[in-house]
Amino acid sequence: MKPSPFVYHRPTTLDQALEILAEVGADGKVLAGGQSLIPLMSMRLAAPAHLVDINHVDGLDRVETERDGVRVGATARHAAVERNPAAFAAVPLLRQALVHVAHPTIRNRGTTVGSLAHADPSGEMTAVLALLGGTVTLAGRGSERTVGAADFFQGPLESAVRPDEVAVEAFFPAPDGRTGSAWAEVSRRHGDYAVCGVGALVTLDDDLRVTASVVGLISVGPTPVVVDVSDALAGQPHDTADVVAAGALVRAAVDPEPDIHATAEYRRHLAGALTERALRDAARAAGASVDGGDA
Amino acid sequence: MTEGHQVALTVNGVPRAAHVPARRLLSDFLRHDLGLTGTHVGCEHGVCGACTVLVDGRPVRSCLLFAVSVDGASVTTVEGCCEPDGSLGPVQQAFWDCHGLQCGFCTPGFVTTITAYLEENPEPTEDEAREAIAGNLCRCTGYQNIVASVLRAADLRRGVGA
Amino acid sequence: MGEPVARREDPRLLSGQGRFLDDLGHGALAVAFVRSPHAHAKVVDIDVTGALDVDGLVAIYTYDDLAGPLAEPLPQLIPHPTLTHSRTPYALARDEVNHVGEAVVMVVAADRYLAEDACDRIRVDYDVLPPVVGIEAARAASRLVHDDVPGNIAATMVQENGDAAAAIGVAPHVLELDFAVERSASTPLEGRGVYARWDAADASLRVYSSTQASTSVRAALAAKLGLPPNRVEVVAPDVGGGFGVKIVHPWPEEVLVSWAAITLDREVKWVEDRREHFIASAHERGQAHRVRVGFDDDGRLHGLEVTFWHDNGAYTPYGIVVPIVTATQLLGPYKPGGYRVEFQSLYTNTVQVTPYRGAGRPQGCFVMERVMDAIAAELGLDRADVRERNFIRPDEMPYDHGLIFQDGRPLIYDSGDYPAGLQKLKKLVGWDEFESYRAQARAEGRRVGIGIACYVEGTGVGPYEGGWVKVETDGSVLVATGLTTQGQGHQTAFAQVAADILGVPLERVTVITGDTRRFGYAVGTFASRAMVMSGNAIAAAARTVREKALRIAGESLEADPRDLEIVGGVVQVRGVPTASIPLSTVAVLSNPLRYAFDAESARATQFAMPADPDKPPVADGDSPGLEATGFYSPPRATFANGMHAAVVETDPETAEIRILRYCVVHDCGTLVNPRIVEGQVHGGVAQGVGGALYERMAYDSDGQLLNASFMDFLMPYSTEVPTIETDHLETPSPLNPLGIKGAGEAGVIPGMAVLASAISDAEGFTVTRMPISPSELFHLRRSHEEGTSR
Repeated sequence: MKPSPFVYHRPTTLDQALEILAEVGADGKVLAGGQSLIPLMSMRLAAPAHLVDINHVDGLDRVETERDGVRVGATARHAAVERNPAAFAAVPLLRQALVHVAHPTIRNRGTTVGSLAHADPSGEMTAVLALLGGTVTLAGRGSERTVGAADFFQGPLESAVRPDEVAVEAFFPAPDGRTGSAWAEVSRRHGDYAVCGVGALVTLDDDLRVTASVVGLISVGPTPVVVDVSDALAGQPHDTADVVAAGALVRAAVDPEPDIHATAEYRRHLAGALTERALRDAARAAGASVDGGDA
Repeated sequence: MTEGHQVALTVNGVPRAAHVPARRLLSDFLRHDLGLTGTHVGCEHGVCGACTVLVDGRPVRSCLLFAVSVDGASVTTVEGCCEPDGSLGPVQQAFWDCHGLQCGFCTPGFVTTITAYLEENPEPTEDEAREAIAGNLCRCTGYQNIVASVLRAADLRRGVGA
Repeated sequence: MGEPVARREDPRLLSGQGRFLDDLGHGALAVAFVRSPHAHAKVVDIDVTGALDVDGLVAIYTYDDLAGPLAEPLPQLIPHPTLTHSRTPYALARDEVNHVGEAVVMVVAADRYLAEDACDRIRVDYDVLPPVVGIEAARAASRLVHDDVPGNIAATMVQENGDAAAAIGVAPHVLELDFAVERSASTPLEGRGVYARWDAADASLRVYSSTQASTSVRAALAAKLGLPPNRVEVVAPDVGGGFGVKIVHPWPEEVLVSWAAITLDREVKWVEDRREHFIASAHERGQAHRVRVGFDDDGRLHGLEVTFWHDNGAYTPYGIVVPIVTATQLLGPYKPGGYRVEFQSLYTNTVQVTPYRGAGRPQGCFVMERVMDAIAAELGLDRADVRERNFIRPDEMPYDHGLIFQDGRPLIYDSGDYPAGLQKLKKLVGWDEFESYRAQARAEGRRVGIGIACYVEGTGVGPYEGGWVKVETDGSVLVATGLTTQGQGHQTAFAQVAADILGVPLERVTVITGDTRRFGYAVGTFASRAMVMSGNAIAAAARTVREKALRIAGESLEADPRDLEIVGGVVQVRGVPTASIPLSTVAVLSNPLRYAFDAESARATQFAMPADPDKPPVADGDSPGLEATGFYSPPRATFANGMHAAVVETDPETAEIRILRYCVVHDCGTLVNPRIVEGQVHGGVAQGVGGALYERMAYDSDGQLLNASFMDFLMPYSTEVPTIETDHLETPSPLNPLGIKGAGEAGVIPGMAVLASAISDAEGFTVTRMPISPSELFHLRRSHEEGTSR
């Protein structure tokens, strides 16, 4: 299982990278972490004629926590995001989901932005971005655009990134107010792709009653599925909120596919069961936080 | 066809270089271009962990890296986990003490992974030890003695029970 | 012997100095194959023109390039009278392919990257045929795998003892049950590999192969390549696991790579990649069973009728050993009353089926143990009690089942104390206290269950193994045996046997296995036989060497050999340590050479007795040197046994299955190295867990293997394998001098059975097919809630 030949490019600036991509177009692929791309190339399921290695472009590996969220650069490793204390404080959901992404060794090299661009329907970070209403910034030669999560994930392994673009940054907004988050997942083995994964946000008012709640799911559709479950929980005390009703809403909203690991019906069932668990945990986290968004 | 690239790395503290095609995987570079056959290849899709080496101190799958991509980096393989005088390092010694290997094929990936892990977590609990090795496959041992090896290695590093 | 000695082979392996197949032959040419993408097809045309300008291409071969024995199908290794329709593949597909992965074209190039480039450019035209996939389709036989094999039936076999039908006919209770096991595979971490070197001047071939049977590979290659066997050497280097898959020989690749080396007069090496291992090596476990059992109010078996269908894949190079093992070992530690077993071995358009650790026993154990649980459930009896009542008692040994085992010899259990084992297991797991634990868990909203499973394992099948032991003039000891090593610690355990008998320090003993240059007669490492067979053969050789050493030493010391002992490599008169002679010196004396080359020889002269001028220096029937060869050839297998218990927890919502405790009691007779044996058990248990909860070859109806990678074929990581608690019994084998029984497969045999038992206990309904995933458990729950049975 060896990759086909390719022309290797190692730009040191973003402009160089974009210049090359503009020239090679659909014959080119960006190499960041490579943890998804390289197995595909070794199996010869992908054979790009040109590989543009952006690992040596300055300034793309930043993880920056701002007032309203966390900015993750193109070559920031999952591990760097996972371990970043400020990022965890601002958006705990990042780490809560990241610990389920493959194994630590993969996370040492794989990039969060790369996994978004790869758009695997089982990729945890896709649901995290979608759930938080985040964005991805795409740079092309002489242009830059920012795409919201809803438009970014277009299909299984299909994102909005054009062949001549590099996804340079993702922005994960910090949830407002007193919001708790949680991630619940079932996978066949530790570290495997999720059979079903659910991220949950629960926002409470000063009386610790639910004002808003939303869940994001992976492995139940061609792209991450976001379901607003506020109606099922609004106004209820956080510790007795009707998560079962929320689960039922979610089951009705998803249309999973079967595969060799699980049937569609089981996935649908998990979507509901894991929604209940994630909501309970997120509500508890919100209730325990002192002032907004801390677990 | 493709041109070759000059790849220069520090491997186990020694500057090494070779001229290879861009598509040469780091695993093959180490094994065939540099002759360091201690790193093993079990799947070439990043799952089994037998190819795990340390790049700038962090464990990575060498089958999921192109050698050209890590030009300039510092790599540690299982050979580099020995003591300077060639004797076994604490992780290796622990595996020997605990019968932590049978066929030995997966072992190099465990040794490098655990070496890095103990740098960060020098006193793991048994659960943490099991979790630390949860990304590497072994078909022979059933993992019992590998978990024991992690704990023993932690002891040896602290100078306990040598 | 008996000591948990640390392994001699470890420092080398731990410091990256292993010599596995791909670590050898750096300058060799590389091989890749074009393999069939179709499960069943005619090969219409092969167009290689696109590959001809690939840089570094050396040669391309198809079936048309093969001649003589090479062009014939690969051999049937284990014929059997009931295997009426044996089919084996050609080394390269001739005009049809019968499974995805079958080799069609061989490419030789400067390296593997380039070889794969060339393969990519080769166009093969196929006439795709509809495939036969799965046991049901094979049985229905509306399509055939092989045109000349009616009903897709390779073999039909019946064995019986007593009149099962009659016994069932009058039994107080009768149950009819169906069971199924799905296909898994050995999947060692190192795949297969072959590295061949041809010496044209010498017309000799040396082949390194990641094999479990180097002597057999040698014989096969000699035959296929038309070479005299003594011009072919086969060496098994360090091997990264086998678990059965590497016992098959010769692989097409072993034959072809060797032939290419000769044809090209270059070193040639092929290293299998992971996808190839999934689609071109071998699988095992797929069977469907139908059982009728008659029993009484106490749960005692009166009659047992088993009919099963065995999926043997596209070819049967290893005969029908696996289903024969299932048919016979299904009986476990029990007296079945009347027993009748019938099986059909069926072709499908999938990878061939050859033994995987357990070799048919896990399926048989699964069936029998589910039957035991079913009887207990029917009668409201404790599951351990039902088993106990059916046990063969220690005083009934040896126990003849009236059947023929896989070695063609009678199935006679020689020894074992099953009741004692059960007592130990019940104590270890807390069998009698479980209900209170369950009640407590239930109060916490948790669902737990306990399972139990017993097995018997025929080990140490013949026909023989041999050992050679030599004391060198420097006092070091060389041991060689022809069978092979894939992590079982032979370099240590066999050394322990020799060191013990010879009285030398363990560090002075070096063991070589799997090298036809060092020992030419062997059968191989499989069927839990290595320690029984080679251990005893080495012991026999060591004893002969010891006797000779004592005789020679006795002459020198003018002492009766019966008064001599060997301690730390020195022969001495018991109680008089000053009257001594080192073994190294004895070795010199044993070889009456004219010339003295070293210090040892010089030292030896002081011990040399004046030669008797009337006697030849080497007596009639004697030989020079302190060495001997011994063979061990038992009349039949010796039977190990064990029983496992497991506690599981199932999630009421997600149906996830967690193993809380896993307990093992096993009996493999005398233990040479307890630590190595325990390690073998651990590894087997992990494979048992894998086979119960995770591992399944997922073929679609087109015969495509959907999970031909480690991403989707789920072998357990450390987090999926519980802590394993072991206890053991030692009922020594009466069949061999060391009292040893095999232990290599013990851990895996009852895995599916014990976990099915525990899950069934947790859920309140019975699990009848394995493996089981959370998704499948979820659906089973649904169907039981809805009242539909499966």
